[in-house]
Amino acid sequence: MEHLNTIVQGILLGGLYALYAAGLSLIFGVMRLINLAHGDLIVLAAFVLLAMVTALGLPLPIALLILLPFAFALGWALQRYLLNRTLGDDILLPLLVTFGLQILIQNGLLVAFSADSRKLSLGAIETQSVNILGLSIGVVPLITFAVAVIVLGALSYIFYGTGLGRRLRATSDSTEVVQLMGVNPRVVFAIAMGISFVVLTIAAFFMGIRSNFDPSVGPARLLYAFEAVVIGGLGSLWGTLAGGVILGVAQAIGARINPEWQILAGHLVFLVFIIFRPRGLFPKQ
Amino acid sequence: MTALLETKNLEVFYGDFQAVFGVDFHVNEGETVAIIGANGAGKSSFLKALSGLVKSRPDGILLDGKPVGGRPAFDMVKSGIALVPEGRRLFPSMSVADNLLMGENGKSGDRGWNYETICDLFPILRERADQLAPTLSGGQQQMVAIGRALISNPRVLLCDEISLGLSPAAVKDVYAAISEIKKRGTTIVIVEQDLNAALSAADRIYCFLEGKVSLAGRADEFDRSQILAAYFGS
Repeated sequence: MEHLNTIVQGILLGGLYALYAAGLSLIFGVMRLINLAHGDLIVLAAFVLLAMVTALGLPLPIALLILLPFAFALGWALQRYLLNRTLGDDILLPLLVTFGLQILIQNGLLVAFSADSRKLSLGAIETQSVNILGLSIGVVPLITFAVAVIVLGALSYIFYGTGLGRRLRATSDSTEVVQLMGVNPRVVFAIAMGISFVVLTIAAFFMGIRSNFDPSVGPARLLYAFEAVVIGGLGSLWGTLAGGVILGVAQAIGARINPEWQILAGHLVFLVFIIFRPRGLFPKQ
Repeated sequence: MTALLETKNLEVFYGDFQAVFGVDFHVNEGETVAIIGANGAGKSSFLKALSGLVKSRPDGILLDGKPVGGRPAFDMVKSGIALVPEGRRLFPSMSVADNLLMGENGKSGDRGWNYETICDLFPILRERADQLAPTLSGGQQQMVAIGRALISNPRVLLCDEISLGLSPAAVKDVYAAISEIKKRGTTIVIVEQDLNAALSAADRIYCFLEGKVSLAGRADEFDRSQILAAYFGS
């Protein structure tokens, strides 16, 4: 039963990693851009939520709902006015710019919030658990996983069930040919980044509840997100969930063997995928 | 009478390389014009400029007598100039239906073309609607490419090398569709290396040689030797 419990905890942790990874996967899938600032943007969003709760006295879920449209607007503007200018034949330029953004965010957060470790609080629900088939499962990890599935389902619906999704997929196929269809790819990129910011803000909400955070933890979130995306298959949305779950289960098993091995076990599984299945489980054709 | 689409002294550059040199061209409403010429004559570059894929001077391209040159391609299609690109360039990860519906984003009016009328023109596409575009035959892919441009209800349909790589039977089918589109009043500009196909469809022809017009006039006013001389420059 303990082994089963370990695997279930790992699967639920995978939901959080899938949330970290979904925005990164979306951006890579649509515009082949690797956003190195993705993890730090998650941490930034967590700090903004913290500030909204402490300064304005808002309940955390309400703060999240208020922040989401602003997150979309910020992502849209960042892409429209900065990142679009870096896209072209040289793939190094967007990497450098998002790397610079990462440093800016980390140092900005240090100045504004200091290096102290923080946490978001959702109240008593954080310690509650439910008993399913003899397993004691935390309510928050369960909600996190359910939200990850809902977010990926919503993204999947947008991609495959709407006109916007058609434009996103067509732009991913060819930025030149979509222009012949009356579509400005730069506008599509901006919308994709806006959606990515909404998803990373939801990820920030659950990260802040489930663990402590400080301005320096962004790169580790980026690494988990990146590993989940690569394991799942670059640009594949549901693959991202599979990647997150594999990473989460690997970490949970590693921690069960020896608590010091938790992170290492995840990286080792990633390494195995890089060697034997570098295009991931569900690679985009 | 003002031409529907006109170019005046149009030049096309790729960096320092000049592909088209001072071309004067026009097509009237309802007309079909063919641009013929050998490989590298500047035909496709000319069409790319007309569609906005390559930058040109604002006053180099006139639609209804108004300058539209230099606009990006996503604006040009909404003005009523749609391109069927060379090599078809379908979206490979998308179904036939999604490829066709993508064309609706560039809609420039309502001239009777929609998903249903496109499928009436190419009935096979209705049967293959859910198939991924790359799984179709070359001729069927060309039908999707033409339908995708046509669904924007263009005033001028630009067709770049639509017979390239197709079997003779497929070329016949594609040109039968072009004839039907013409009958319904759409103005068409065809770039073509296949002389017979071009001459059969066109009211007028322009022959390009080394980026310049070497011959222009009604398709039936030249004999074959005059056209070949203009085509090869001999």
